[in-house]
Amino acid sequence: MTEIPRQKIDVDIACVGFGPATGGFLKTLSDHLVNPDGTPKLESRVVPGLPLQVVCYERADDIGFGVSGVVSKADSIRSSLADVQPQDIPMCAEVTEERLLYLLDPVGASRRTIGVRLLDKVLRALRWLPLYREHAFRMPFTPGFINKHGGWVFSIGQFSQWLGMNLMSTGLIQLWPGTPVSEPLIENEQVRGIRLMDQGTDLQGKPVDGFMPGMDIQADLTVVGDGPVGTVGLALDEQFGLPHGNERKDWAVGAKMVVELPEDTPLKAGTVFHTLGYPEPEIFGFFYVHPDRLASVGIFVPSWFDNPVRSTYRYLQHWILHPYLYKYLKGATMRSWGAKSLQESGRRGEPFLVGEGWARIGEGSGSTNIFTNSGVDEAWHTGKLLAESVVELLSLGKPMDKANLTSTYIERRRKSTLEKETKMAEHSRDGFQKGLIPGLIGMMLTAVSGGRVRLPIKTQSTQERLERMQDFYRKRLSEQEWEEIRQKSASQGVAMNDLVMTRMGWPEIPYDGQLLISHQDALLVGGKVQAPGGYRDHVAFIYPHLCEACDTKLCIEICSGQAITPGENGIPAFDREKCIHCGACLWNCTRLIEASSSQTNVKFSAGTGGLHSGEN
Amino acid sequence: MSVFHIVVCAGVVPDPLQSLVPADDPAKPALKNELMLPHVLDPWAEHALYEAAHLAKTRDGSKIWVISLGPKAKVQQVMMKTAQKAPFQLIAVDGTSSGFSDSFAAAEVLAQTINSIEEINKEQLLLFGGWESASRASGTTLQLVGEMLDIADQFQGVDELSVLPDGKLRILERLEGGEHQISVCTGPPAVLGWATGNLPEPPNNPQIGMVNMRQMMPALQKAQVADLSQPTVYHSVELPKQKRETQVVRDKPVQEIAREIVEWMRLR
Repeated sequence: MTEIPRQKIDVDIACVGFGPATGGFLKTLSDHLVNPDGTPKLESRVVPGLPLQVVCYERADDIGFGVSGVVSKADSIRSSLADVQPQDIPMCAEVTEERLLYLLDPVGASRRTIGVRLLDKVLRALRWLPLYREHAFRMPFTPGFINKHGGWVFSIGQFSQWLGMNLMSTGLIQLWPGTPVSEPLIENEQVRGIRLMDQGTDLQGKPVDGFMPGMDIQADLTVVGDGPVGTVGLALDEQFGLPHGNERKDWAVGAKMVVELPEDTPLKAGTVFHTLGYPEPEIFGFFYVHPDRLASVGIFVPSWFDNPVRSTYRYLQHWILHPYLYKYLKGATMRSWGAKSLQESGRRGEPFLVGEGWARIGEGSGSTNIFTNSGVDEAWHTGKLLAESVVELLSLGKPMDKANLTSTYIERRRKSTLEKETKMAEHSRDGFQKGLIPGLIGMMLTAVSGGRVRLPIKTQSTQERLERMQDFYRKRLSEQEWEEIRQKSASQGVAMNDLVMTRMGWPEIPYDGQLLISHQDALLVGGKVQAPGGYRDHVAFIYPHLCEACDTKLCIEICSGQAITPGENGIPAFDREKCIHCGACLWNCTRLIEASSSQTNVKFSAGTGGLHSGEN
Repeated sequence: MSVFHIVVCAGVVPDPLQSLVPADDPAKPALKNELMLPHVLDPWAEHALYEAAHLAKTRDGSKIWVISLGPKAKVQQVMMKTAQKAPFQLIAVDGTSSGFSDSFAAAEVLAQTINSIEEINKEQLLLFGGWESASRASGTTLQLVGEMLDIADQFQGVDELSVLPDGKLRILERLEGGEHQISVCTGPPAVLGWATGNLPEPPNNPQIGMVNMRQMMPALQKAQVADLSQPTVYHSVELPKQKRETQVVRDKPVQEIAREIVEWMRLR
């Protein structure tokens, strides 16, 4: 085959990933690019005479695919969009009511520690109170750190689409969805831009008909906002490591649906439920009501949930079926479904934020406030701060080097409320490493001490804390039962989680064909999952022998789309047509490629496709 | 060598993967939450665009115009994906993409738009579009546009177009059973309603995208609002009767599943 040359183009600023952080960056930047008379305010270096040339590449097939419903104070977003009202944005409403609910176990299958059982008993003894309804105890108030009253309930998917269209219509920003970035272009510690993914390849990345090498986008500044499992962010972590003392051991998978509530729903737009206690004490839930009877419902399964049966989908269904929630959800219809990895280390997981020709923003930059459970507005805030810094540097004619980005962007971040709040939150969740009750105590300590007092608990990663599956269940499953489950799972080519959960007493899901449907139907009906051809597989297992020796295979159990299944010779099989790019396999893999490394045996790269629903 | 002026009529439609629900409004049928749904370039018209790009690449001096009738905001969004595929000039017309507009009214708008493009030489015109549409339209729009432009040579269900050495066009139209009708016409003007064609989707080319986008944003800003007023009266709208029947059955042998499917098909 004749070698096809790799093309190059030059731009001023190249952004990777279009989420809230890049949205905040581009919105703020676009306000400063031209003068009122249309002449360039900030002139392009690569195309003299024109405004700054700014491009943004998003791997998903459209902007706003694959993200989530959210409740947020939205302070930073609202300050950037001063003239915008909630009703201007699809699926957006002001928060009007919040309930914090402790859900008790109505089926008796939940794994509850002695402390949780004691709490359950106390609350059940209070069932005569009006606060107790349908196996749920409504807390008399929502603590200030959770409270989002006056903020917004919205869909990040719809918000991103709305914002993207507004940005594009300025004619100043170019957004390109369906365009995965394969890697940063690093030369001598300097990032010179990004390389797009090769097209026209087989699943292993070898050229086939129509091969086109991914183009090099050379930029003065590369803005990395590709989230916690984004390829460019991960490559920078690999290249530069994390600052001394920082670590990324806390993760979660957020699995959610957008549902259409029954016509007679009593819930008003802007209603928010936060739940804890069920289906397992470690799993938290949310219920956000949007306008037009739409609602986002979902759960978070954290990395400190030690149960190796980490089926987010089935747990989500059991959560939906909790009597307190199901009274609102019975008769609802699933409109979309999806899942996403969340970087839950917050400020403690902050990487190097800037370097020669690059800067990081958003969740991947450690901006999530793990105390208030909020990350969207914080991500936006980081983008806004970077844009202000870039405008300052360009106005002064200064280059985008490490020193200048440090004295502007990092300086702004360190002085911001974001820094103060995320620093305070840094150890707020440490207690959850030991369970729900210590976790709640840790949160209260943070609340009353402003983060100065914390529980002396060390955070452990999934790899450090997880037992083999049969060891975890040794008291409840005999060796013979375990072997039967294992063989059944292998012969059917499915994860073990469903079989184990049923054996543990979780009732079968009463499928109704509209809200409660099989996992595979959710991929089709809710996620509308797609995988365009011509690209290499984005999930790979680096060293097969590590998989062969692995008897836990959490990558299979956690997989949000059932895209990873038992394969030949103990090496998991990957089906990209089911993958929703949540990235959970990356941090759930229990095998590190080296004992001294945090790199697991899963290689998670850029790829197109995944979810195709903008309502998420 | 023949030079072609290729006009591709390519509307945007709600992504066919989405759950589409007709809005219960007898005065003006629409899709529920139409503007919240992701949109795509009408899939058949998308193939037409790929064929046009391929043809134009082999004929120096040829040019492609894409005329897109749909909500302007959604056209803009779709162009973020389409603009990287091939060089073309966008002419945007702001209107609905719900599929409830009358094909004659839409054809009139499209024909007027084509007539207003001064650069187009009718003797070199190839009018491309989709043979069908994912917008639940009646599939007649392209034919009507051709009629309105006085183009007599019309081909529907096209899978292949080749230009013969003498400049004539050899066209394969899809028939039943995987067979094709082969026609030869003297050359443009002609209407080609494409089926799926034979060409793969072109790779994304950021360079082409950036060049296209520089003229697309002004085109979108200048988009005229389409007058799709129509005599058509909808008495009711409803989803097609096809219904997904999900069965959850465990441990059933594949032979048994196959037998059930065959039985089900026989009953229908």
